[in-house]
Amino acid sequence: MNQLFENELKVINIGMKSFKETLEGLKVSSIQVDWKPPIFSDSKVFQVINQNKDKIESANKEAITRILNAKPYLIGMGKALDVIPGMKKNLLLHAGPPVTWDKMCGPMKGAVIGALIYEGIASSTQEAEKIAASGKIEFSPCHEHSTVGPMAGIVSPSMPVFILENEAYGNKAYGTMNEGLGKVLRYGAFSSDVIERLKWMENVLYPSLKTTLEKSGKVDLKNIIAQALHMGDEVHNRNRAATSLLYRILAPSIVKYVDDKNTAIDVLEFINRNDHFFLNLSMVVSKVSLDPARNIDYSSIVVVMARNGTDFGVQLSGTGDEWFTGPSPVPDALYFQGFTKEDANPDIGDSSITETNGLGGFAIAASPAIVQFVGGNTKDAVNYTMKMYEITASENNIYKIPYLNFRGTPTGIDVIKVIEKSVLPFIDTGVAHKNAGIGQIGAGVLSAPSEPFINALIGLTNKIKLLKEK
Amino acid sequence: MKITGIVKKGEYFDSVSIMLVAKQLSGVKDIIDSAVLMGTKENISVLKSSELLIPEFQAAGEMDLLVVFKTEENADIPALLKAVDKLLKPDKDMSEDKNLNPSSLDGAVSALPGANLAMISIAGRYAGDVAMKSLQMGLNVMLFSDNVPLEKEIELKTFANGKGLFVMGPDCGTAIINGAPLAFANVVNRGNIGIVGASGTGLQEVSCIISNAGCGVSQAIGTGGRDVKKEVGGIMFIQGLKALAEDKNTDVILLVSKPPAKEVIEKIKLEVAKINKSVVSVFLGSSPELLYGTKIHAASTLEEAAFLSVALAQNQPVTSVKEISNKQDLEIKELAKKESSKLSSKQKYLRALFSGGTFCDETQLICNEILSDVYSNTPVGNAKKLKDSNISEKNTIIDLGDDEFTVGKPHPMIDYSTRCKRIIEEAEDPETAVILLDIVLGYGSNMDPLAEVIPVIRKVKEITSARKCSLPLVCSVTGTDKDPQNRTSVVTALKSEGVIVMKSNAAASRLAISIVYGKGKK
Repeated sequence: MNQLFENELKVINIGMKSFKETLEGLKVSSIQVDWKPPIFSDSKVFQVINQNKDKIESANKEAITRILNAKPYLIGMGKALDVIPGMKKNLLLHAGPPVTWDKMCGPMKGAVIGALIYEGIASSTQEAEKIAASGKIEFSPCHEHSTVGPMAGIVSPSMPVFILENEAYGNKAYGTMNEGLGKVLRYGAFSSDVIERLKWMENVLYPSLKTTLEKSGKVDLKNIIAQALHMGDEVHNRNRAATSLLYRILAPSIVKYVDDKNTAIDVLEFINRNDHFFLNLSMVVSKVSLDPARNIDYSSIVVVMARNGTDFGVQLSGTGDEWFTGPSPVPDALYFQGFTKEDANPDIGDSSITETNGLGGFAIAASPAIVQFVGGNTKDAVNYTMKMYEITASENNIYKIPYLNFRGTPTGIDVIKVIEKSVLPFIDTGVAHKNAGIGQIGAGVLSAPSEPFINALIGLTNKIKLLKEK
Repeated sequence: MKITGIVKKGEYFDSVSIMLVAKQLSGVKDIIDSAVLMGTKENISVLKSSELLIPEFQAAGEMDLLVVFKTEENADIPALLKAVDKLLKPDKDMSEDKNLNPSSLDGAVSALPGANLAMISIAGRYAGDVAMKSLQMGLNVMLFSDNVPLEKEIELKTFANGKGLFVMGPDCGTAIINGAPLAFANVVNRGNIGIVGASGTGLQEVSCIISNAGCGVSQAIGTGGRDVKKEVGGIMFIQGLKALAEDKNTDVILLVSKPPAKEVIEKIKLEVAKINKSVVSVFLGSSPELLYGTKIHAASTLEEAAFLSVALAQNQPVTSVKEISNKQDLEIKELAKKESSKLSSKQKYLRALFSGGTFCDETQLICNEILSDVYSNTPVGNAKKLKDSNISEKNTIIDLGDDEFTVGKPHPMIDYSTRCKRIIEEAEDPETAVILLDIVLGYGSNMDPLAEVIPVIRKVKEITSARKCSLPLVCSVTGTDKDPQNRTSVVTALKSEGVIVMKSNAAASRLAISIVYGKGKK
């Protein structure tokens, strides 16, 4: 029988706020729900979801277990061509879902031009554009090669990459080294100084770090991130603490194993000067942690969120390699002097893999130092993180937020929750100029667009129907 | 064009705060272009290329903050500098409480452990799904929303019934659970009378009369009006009845409804037979014969039902109620005689303007016995349908809470404007003999009804005194002294304006009808 009369009345109010105010005045426990109509409400789709609730739930449990079990280590470095699966001499990897040359945004085209010049395939902008359009060069998403790249995310065959291994599942993932701020390839800049820096990274930085890692051994990156969250990083827009921690680990070995003193100084100085040096590692950590959760039938957990500057793409655990996309939005940002939203490119980069892994915007409550990017106060940052708990399947066992009494970060985005609650993932981001060659013009935050998630949910129900037929 | 610049020596700001200030500064009126940055070499060259460099900046150092803006020649520079200063002062108010509400039910459930009731007032087309979710999570539901499809209501109630949960509504305006008034409800005493109501205003009226008579309410469960129709079959009405039968704090059960379907009455009879508690009913418009042979004390008005419940709750004989009403009838007769004697020969008709739909029904049913030529927008009993709801005919009884009056407007219990306008129209009609009103207090209703009606009452007086005639205004006030509006102060104020205030709508209706009837006989 109903126990309502025997217990203290506790009311959840969905709708008119005045009802809740009345209850407050009467000292009745109550809570207001900020309800919004669902962004998508096709009853046929939800019928499939409801009929398979148990299967979805247990599949998601498995996906979450794999994500939380991840043991990501930096185990070494190599050339993209030698280590990245499927890498070829005429292949360029890019951020986000698949995109063709003609559909590429300005900064991605700029990065392609830069990469072709860097590889020696082209010697001028015009030549690079011609080659890129000719079909001689193939393009493929980083994500389809166990790789992630920030912003344009261009990876070319000669580029040196970090190699990470997830020791819990034995899978590997790859990513380039961060070039620093200002005019850089990932923002579409391709002037000679950009190419020169890339060459220096290939010829000086890479061999030094490679040797150092070979001699000093693997680095536990999960541990660094866990500590960095306690030091004000969310390892997407702020990587100052994580970079410092990595620097503390690497510096003595670099001094020890790099023969030439001036080279050692240059390498140390390069890492030291770049607060975002760790960003590329936090991204690859997220990639290598999420990949084992791929291909679990029935699972509605998001394993990829990535943007190519034109489209925003999502992949789910339960839908294999299929991409679900929609137009990428322009972020709400703070712009550097001289730039406005007019100049901004739609959101771009694989870095939203950090949010997919419960970091970045999902962990922004750990990073009061950057809350002004949110345009508000620390409470806003806390609210953003709190909101993300509503669309995630779990809380992280290692990544924790001091301010929330060391609550684990919201981890494992469940596309069903995203749609049902109309709460879209919250992403920290940098903003690229829409024209090639200019670079970063601001930083900010954005909510992911709804379309890719709606498409993903439809895709999942279609897949489930196929599984049933078999 | 004029360029104004200031150097803030040694005032270091981190880049994020600077960008924030720059963003705000660019939005200040009169500022055409602006820059806020630290005095580094790179920044100086940026300023130079954007033609914002002034000579003073050349000497600035890396730790100096540069602020520069371009305006028209005649701009108010001191005011702008002041605005800049304000922007540069960091927002100290980090404590500002911006509490985050959850966006979903499960978010709310984890934020409020032990939650046991979901109160839903979102648009009807979504409300059903949210209600189902709530039930699945083990919550009772009060569904205030209307426009929930009938099939959805049946689905919800069948599901809830299986889990032993309540679904109060859809279109349930009133409930009192564990002493807490929900949505449109009054603050009444707690006591040993439990109510199940398929009518919101009816539930408010009986609970207030009970409370004002010194008794109290244990629980008041609203079911929504459709529950007692054939299609839903009284699922929640019966479930509420059972719950009150088992509730140890309930001694008397009061059932309030517009006429239930025959099948539902049969179910109620079956259930009541199993209950070892006193049961009172008021099924407005339903033949009392349907309940013959049962232990149910059937009342024909809300007031009578409330009084019967009070008598039973206080272990007094039900015959005492008859005595009270006889006494009241005598008083009403006296009063009616006095009032009708003041009317002119033209004044013949009753004009009743209700905000509570149940009152509109109740008054029509009381008319049944006495008046003919009764019209309504929502006719019951012998009343006929008005051709145009906006134009009264003969004796007219209007429910201003009906959909036709509330499209795009708040309910007349909140927004008095439609009714106030209509009161004036009726007063201007020389055939109007009496105006009957209800004023419903409590949560959800207008917090200051006097401010709405008193100016209108005075206007009516102006109209009638110009015409040199009398026009009685008769009114009931549904509420208690614990309501935020305080019944006594509302009643006192109305009386001092010459309004005749009765203790219930039934009494007010009888008085108003008697005035008209007495007039007819003269």
